[in-house]
Amino acid sequence: MPESLSRRDFMKVSVYFVGGIVGATVGLPAVGYLIDPALGGVAKEAWIPLGKLADMPEVGKPYPFSFTRVQVNGWERTATSHGGFVIRKSDAPDDLVILNSRCTHLACTVNWKEEERVFLCPCHDASFDAEGAVLDGPPPRPLDRYAEFRVTEDGILEIFYKEG
Amino acid sequence: MWKNIFDWLNERLGLNDLQKSLLERPEPKGNWWNTLGSASLFLFILQGLTGIFLTVYYTPSPDHAYDSVNYIMNDVAFGWLIRGIHHWGATLMVIVVFVHMLRVFVTASYKYPRELTWLIGVGLLIATLGMGFTGYLLPWNQRAFWATTVGTQIAGTVPFVGEFILKALRGGPDLSALTLQRFFAGHIWMLPAVLVGLIGVHLFLIIRHGESHWPKKED
Ligand code: HEM
Ligand code: FES
Repeated sequence: MPESLSRRDFMKVSVYFVGGIVGATVGLPAVGYLIDPALGGVAKEAWIPLGKLADMPEVGKPYPFSFTRVQVNGWERTATSHGGFVIRKSDAPDDLVILNSRCTHLACTVNWKEEERVFLCPCHDASFDAEGAVLDGPPPRPLDRYAEFRVTEDGILEIFYKEG
Repeated sequence: MWKNIFDWLNERLGLNDLQKSLLERPEPKGNWWNTLGSASLFLFILQGLTGIFLTVYYTPSPDHAYDSVNYIMNDVAFGWLIRGIHHWGATLMVIVVFVHMLRVFVTASYKYPRELTWLIGVGLLIATLGMGFTGYLLPWNQRAFWATTVGTQIAGTVPFVGEFILKALRGGPDLSALTLQRFFAGHIWMLPAVLVGLIGVHLFLIIRHGESHWPKKED
């Protein structure tokens, strides 16, 4: 009722009301500004070409490959190298094992030792067989695999890479 | 329950008294020119807040300063707003502080017992200009780089000690990563600390002396 609202009370309510609106117009953008990098950021994924499958003819022989991914974090770009091996299990073009050469223990890069036919990790002497299973050493699980791959019409082998 | 929480806080903080002294005090019978000091204070706080927000993304390194400012402007939500306020607020603050000083001069309010208030005000003006000078370099673009080259060169023309001042400002004979880093330190830590200290004494003196009366015809 207008009679019961004094000028003083009206001013009081107005000051808090306007103050609240001003606070929200300033506060909400401020929060958006702070949390912005936490939004967005869906996992980035891509098909990475490894080379012509015809260039990797021998069954059972690990063919090394490597590629680089560039990550953009704000104003900074970081390039990360990835590597691995393609191994044919038979002559069929889709009978492949594609291993990640990153050791599952503490992330050193494993190398293929042809004489013993194993992957050796230089850091803590782990060894893996040609399909990545742990033979010896501290790694908790077999070498990771790029499970999704395809061969394009021009015969290029591609793997599906997902960040993180 | 809300009432209990409010009562608890009120008993300890005196919220009612706070409301009384801030919102329910009688209107001062002043002059609009006398609000410029408060306006300067408001702008200082605004610059402080937006400045703190800028440091969330800004990087004071020659490799990243320019890119990080670009990132703030183009990619961060409301980054353009925060930087825009800080950018234009800086210019406005220099103007407001300067006009505040002009009004104190015109109304002759610097006389006894307020000489010290005036002297501290001079310090405040110099520190504010220092904020503008150091802040201008931070985006590390062409304009910033050459403005600072010229500015420090001018400081270098002081007789005898000029060479030393130039090197001290630049952190060496040339503008470099060292210059950017020390301007940043000055801009966000040293000069704001000086400003906060000076503002504290300035305000203390104003409360102690009260407002000078507006000059009449006879004065
Ligand atoms: C008190 C008065 C202040 C003034 C007059 C002032 C002035 C300036 C100026 C002129 C610039 C260059 C702006 C541009 O070219 O975009 C700047 C940038 C900057 N200021 Fe301040 N500033 C003040 C307070 C502060 C405070 C308290 C902080 C932080 C605690 C701060 C942090 C920054 C940062 C990080 C930048 C670089 C980002 C940019 O260039 O947009 N400023 N300031
Ligand atoms: S990192 Fe490979 S064995 Fe430890």
